[in-house]
Amino acid sequence: MLVERSLPTPEANDLLDMVREFVGKELAPRVAADEENDAFPRDVFTLLGRSGLLGLPYPGEYGGGGQPYEVYLQVVEELAGGWLAVGLGLSVHTLSCFPVAEFGSDAQRAALLPDMLGGERLGAYCLSEAHSGSDAAAMSTRAEADGAGGYLLNGAKSWITHGGVADFYTLFARTGAADAKGKDITCFHIPADTAGVAADPPERKMGMCSSPTAAVRFDAARVDGAARIGAAGQGFPIALAALDSGRLGIAACAVGVAQAALDTAVGYARERRQFDRPIAEFQGVGFMLADMATHIEAARELYLAAARRRDAGHPFGTQAAMAKLFATDTAMRVTTDAVQVLGGYGYTRDFPVERLMREAKVLQIVEGTNQIQRLVIGRSLTRAV
Amino acid sequence: MNIVVLVKQVPDTATERKLSSDDNTLDRAASDGVINELDEYAIEEALLLREKHGGEVTVLTMGPDQATDSIRKALSMGADKAVHLSDEALHGSDALQTAYALSKALGTVEFDLVVLGSESTDARTGVVGAALAEYLGLPQLTLAGKVDVDGSAIKVQRQTDYGYDVVEAQLPAVVSVVEKINEPRYPSFKLIMQAKKKPVQKLAIADAGIDAAGVGLANATTETVDFAAAPPRAAGTVVQDEGDGGVKAADFLAEKKFV
Ligand SMILES: Cc1cc2nc3c(=O)[nH]c(=O)nc-3n(C[C@H](O)[C@H](O)[C@H](O)COP(=O)(O)OP(=O)(O)OC[C@H]3O[C@@H](n4cnc5c(N)ncnc54)[C@H](O)[C@@H]3O)c2cc1C
Ligand SMILES: Cc1cc2nc3c(=O)[nH]c(=O)nc-3n(C[C@H](O)[C@H](O)[C@H](O)COP(=O)(O)OP(=O)(O)OC[C@H]3O[C@@H](n4cnc5c(N)ncnc54)[C@H](O)[C@@H]3O)c2cc1C
Repeated sequence: MLVERSLPTPEANDLLDMVREFVGKELAPRVAADEENDAFPRDVFTLLGRSGLLGLPYPGEYGGGGQPYEVYLQVVEELAGGWLAVGLGLSVHTLSCFPVAEFGSDAQRAALLPDMLGGERLGAYCLSEAHSGSDAAAMSTRAEADGAGGYLLNGAKSWITHGGVADFYTLFARTGAADAKGKDITCFHIPADTAGVAADPPERKMGMCSSPTAAVRFDAARVDGAARIGAAGQGFPIALAALDSGRLGIAACAVGVAQAALDTAVGYARERRQFDRPIAEFQGVGFMLADMATHIEAARELYLAAARRRDAGHPFGTQAAMAKLFATDTAMRVTTDAVQVLGGYGYTRDFPVERLMREAKVLQIVEGTNQIQRLVIGRSLTRAV
Repeated sequence: MNIVVLVKQVPDTATERKLSSDDNTLDRAASDGVINELDEYAIEEALLLREKHGGEVTVLTMGPDQATDSIRKALSMGADKAVHLSDEALHGSDALQTAYALSKALGTVEFDLVVLGSESTDARTGVVGAALAEYLGLPQLTLAGKVDVDGSAIKVQRQTDYGYDVVEAQLPAVVSVVEKINEPRYPSFKLIMQAKKKPVQKLAIADAGIDAAGVGLANATTETVDFAAAPPRAAGTVVQDEGDGGVKAADFLAEKKFV
């Protein structure tokens, strides 16, 4: 079903038309098979780059699309509904560009951004480690100043989306005393072909199997001073600021996945007959569909409200956490109910809803588990005034 | 080499299409307008030729105000500018009058080549290309599956039931394309942003020197006298497989001349 969207400009309308066409032509025919075979669709990201979709929310002068988050996120939503590995991949790429775009020097922006935003290069965001997930500041990967203005990197990052397939890694590593917690973390931009940087084989996951998630190792990898983004010790605030925006991307992905599940469930409920009538005519089914649709609509408006705050220059971190929490819990519930609507067929791989249900689960975990979102929201309530 | 691509806005084949019972013409308000599918191939071919030979690609559309959506789409695929022929007097024009009006509008543009789709998805007469070439007094190369330009010579592979013919002519010429010719590109977002700044020239019939007596429903050479909805499809034949299902399926295909 076509989602009725209110978009700010005719260009944004054309953009969304183009994205829907892209989903229909490039994603729909292959998503099921590629997910089944753990195949990463690198060519799809190349095509996204050629179509100017890898830098939508960044300034035009650096190769971006100059679009508000309100528009960019709806693009992510449409792509994720077609294929989560693509929608989330775009969101993670956008996240990995954030530090250079917002905290890089003019020289770094001019040198790096055109290829990151306007080209076909793909990024990854390296924060989590095996022993520091929710407690990200407890990381142990180190970047030692080498005395000649450069850094020597040692350590391993875990769970990295696009690990092994990315062209660059946005890395957070300790540059000072280990007990400084958060105050000695620094951000780096690392080309993937830097000597000493390598990825492990991807994790074997429950869903989103086309999106490689892998550990990335830094083994005496040497970078020069120009790789550092922002000041030494500024890395953790940069990471958190990036995540505020990234969470909106995850919320948009969740709405896309949920909408895809609802569309399948509605189509099926109108066709499937039991007791001599379409199952949609049973109130028990109709009410389930009504609740699914209502939650999706609310989730979409919640992420859009947060996005409009961001676009207007207002603080939006708490609202982004709320949107991520609500939208991803909604996606989990809606996809579970969609399997229910399809009955036994829903539980098979012949229909997409079981895949969507497996995909929804990861969204409650990434970029801060939903417990961490509640922690962020709760703190904003009690810390205020 | 300057190329004009003819682009017709047609109702989306994915939505329900209706004729208006007032005057037996298409109810264009009843469904979303999109670029006629084959015209996207025509645009792509023009862009490819421009990439090879330089020059400008101009889009020419005859149609009501909402056809601007299709013009924008064509510009965001990469065309340089557009001419929009729009006039109440054109409503209800038939294929010959459309070709006449388009030939006049082409008189306002400099071109070496006209590229168009070989047929539309709504009226599907498939004659506009041929009629237009007659009005312009130019060679027509229809049903092109491949186009090569070398200096002032143009050579196309004309698709036929048995393969293709190779046809040559001198520019300027009119070429209609079939879908085998290429794979139309996506509009890029940068081009979408640029499209709104590209020039679109609006023409009324007087601006193009079109004779009002030569166009419009009242003067059409053909008249749609009546129409009816397509009858619902009859239920298909059910074949019970009693061990001879394969034979029956083969017989069916043979009967329909598929094998
Ligand atoms: C498919 C996938 C892709 C990923 N991509 C990336 C990526 O690109 N880059 C990256 O840096 N990371 C990535 N991650 C890592 C992800 O961000 C972490 O998995 C997540 O932050 C949780 O960390 P953890 O897995 O170590 O869980 P833990 O932090 O160990 O949490 C375990 C459980 O404890 C709960 N918990 C922890 N602390 C608290 C608390 N204070 N209060 C209440 N409950 C708490 C959690 O909610 C969770 O339920 C990815 C993960 C997956 C699965
Ligand atoms: C249901 C229906 C039935 C019709 N039946 C007839 C009929 O029997 N006889 C008749 O004479 N007319 C008929 N018409 C009118 C006919 O639609 C118009 O004259 C039309 O503009 C040209 O015909 P076509 O679309 O069939 O063109 P085709 O020859 O099928 O189209 C070929 C190409 O010509 C170009 N082109 C066509 N129209 C335009 C345009 N307006 N602007 C720019 N480029 C264009 C496009 O590139 C297109 O791909 C009918 C219309 C409808 C809606």
